[in-house]
Amino acid sequence: MAQIVVEQLVKTYQIAERAPGLWGAVRGLARRRHRTVRALDGVSFAIERGELVGYIGPNGAGKSTTVKALSGILVPDSGRCEVAGRVPWRQRLDHVARIGVVFGQRTQLWWDLPVVESFELLRDIYRVPPARFAQARDQLIALLDLAPLLDVPVRQLSLGQRMRCDLAAALLHAPDILFLDEPTIGLDAVSKLAVRDFIQRLNRDDGVTVILTTHDMDDIEALCTRVMVIAGGKILSDGTLGELRRRVSRERWLTIDLAEAGAVIDDPAAQVIRRDGARVWLAFDPEVVAPAELIRRVTSRCAIRDLFVENPPIETVVARLYAAHRLDPQGAAGGAAQGAAT
Amino acid sequence: MIHPGAASRLAPYRALFGARFRMLLQYRAAALGGLATQIAFGLILIMIYDAFYRSSTAAVQPMAFRQVASYVWLGQALLMMLPWNVDSEMRAMMRSGGVAYELSRPVDLYTWWYARAAAQRTAPVVLRAVPMLVFAMVGLPLLGLGEWRLGPPASLAAAIGFAAALVGALAVACAFSVLLYIAWIWTLAADGIVTVASTAVSMLSGLLIPLPLFPDWARTALRWLPFAGILDQPARIYTGHIASGELAAVLARQLGWTAVLIALGRRLLARGLRRVVVQGG
Repeated sequence: MAQIVVEQLVKTYQIAERAPGLWGAVRGLARRRHRTVRALDGVSFAIERGELVGYIGPNGAGKSTTVKALSGILVPDSGRCEVAGRVPWRQRLDHVARIGVVFGQRTQLWWDLPVVESFELLRDIYRVPPARFAQARDQLIALLDLAPLLDVPVRQLSLGQRMRCDLAAALLHAPDILFLDEPTIGLDAVSKLAVRDFIQRLNRDDGVTVILTTHDMDDIEALCTRVMVIAGGKILSDGTLGELRRRVSRERWLTIDLAEAGAVIDDPAAQVIRRDGARVWLAFDPEVVAPAELIRRVTSRCAIRDLFVENPPIETVVARLYAAHRLDPQGAAGGAAQGAAT
Repeated sequence: MIHPGAASRLAPYRALFGARFRMLLQYRAAALGGLATQIAFGLILIMIYDAFYRSSTAAVQPMAFRQVASYVWLGQALLMMLPWNVDSEMRAMMRSGGVAYELSRPVDLYTWWYARAAAQRTAPVVLRAVPMLVFAMVGLPLLGLGEWRLGPPASLAAAIGFAAALVGALAVACAFSVLLYIAWIWTLAADGIVTVASTAVSMLSGLLIPLPLFPDWARTALRWLPFAGILDQPARIYTGHIASGELAAVLARQLGWTAVLIALGRRLLARGLRRVVVQGG
């Protein structure tokens, strides 16, 4: 059986609303109106041991809600959820002792304590035997280059340093599943690379299952073999990055550096989507016109210095998927998102 | 896999208490400010009572003036032990929905918060009480205000009884503090609840007006409320206003209230968590 099984998970929130202005505030005192928001609307997926899964979606799509349900800190309204045979919220203590969680927007370290004391506190909380703790700690210190940070109070760490320490903190008890909620948010390029490199190594070398939510598509491209897209509480897509692209649009881009900036490029099977000086981007559907054919037609018409074919950036793909979902939630969820080529 | 002895079961909570206690001891500036405020408050209260006692025509007072003075100083020294506030760190965490993140640790949340409250209700007292006591016991007589001083315990038995009752007071105060934490789960605007609690604690524990100075009808009721056990009773054992022989009754009431408040807290916490909605998602 898969390590993580989620079936038809539903979670609704009640959001208090009031009319704007003074009158609205007065009325709100007597009678509160509530609006129900479906944060999760029948989410299902299964994740095998050792997978590294990217979980993406626009803000408010239900990513964090899913992670919170999986990590036992939120009780869903209905549906099934089992992690390694445990129902997270029902066996919370047992469950959270065996998973690691990192929330990028906050720290589980103690603000005023030196990093090393937070680690020792976590050793006591997770009841890690001293020898195993020392081994895990030293290994994490080496991998994440934490030695210079150990005696620094957490509040004095930079965001990147703090995230490295938070990653270590989540792994001191050697969990076999790690939930990462936006671990690279706000990090500089170097820190991002360090964090990505570490996550990859952890997954590859130690077989830790990783579920990663992020808005950074570079995280996804660098790390994930599988990506799930959620919007409006529904899973829109679940598969490899290639499958995600094909699902949203077959579109490819042909980027051309012209010999003369002003030259006219005109082809019935392709569309100019952008022009920047001598560089032109053409979008085309490889099923309508083969790349080789398009290149032949273009080169026969004007002088060209350089060209290359590429996939649209994954940001574009994902943005289209989100947009299609907004325009037609049913259709996008039902799998008709490929009509989104614009 | 995890069922060794009670010592190991309590390890996380002991560790949290130790860490927070050490951390709170670093707040020396806050302690210094608090010390000055509390000395000023103590002096003002004592001046007021001094004026009352001087102008009173009653033949027998419910409490001797020197007992009132000692009572007031003990109240000021123990101020941070009284559950009249929720620290800003906890408030910020609750308001930002951080309670969810507390749940991501393999600990019993009630005990976890109780350990936190215990550190919160002891470390600042330790930090402030010593200079405060030195001032009230030694400083005031040196300033020629011997009448206003904090006297020594009424007897050796009173001193021992005071120490025991202080432990009981701490147990009640922590259980009450955790109730205030839990209030934040039920409403994100628990400031109001804390304000009410703060007023109740300072009026009903004897912090502002020693309970023996209340009218007769109120005194009986007050003795049975949890607040009397937090300050009034230990302070009166200290001054000899309650005979040491009544220590057992005082401790029993404190333990009873601790049990009731813990049971109530656990219930409210369990129910609150079931409906907890984490901000953002």
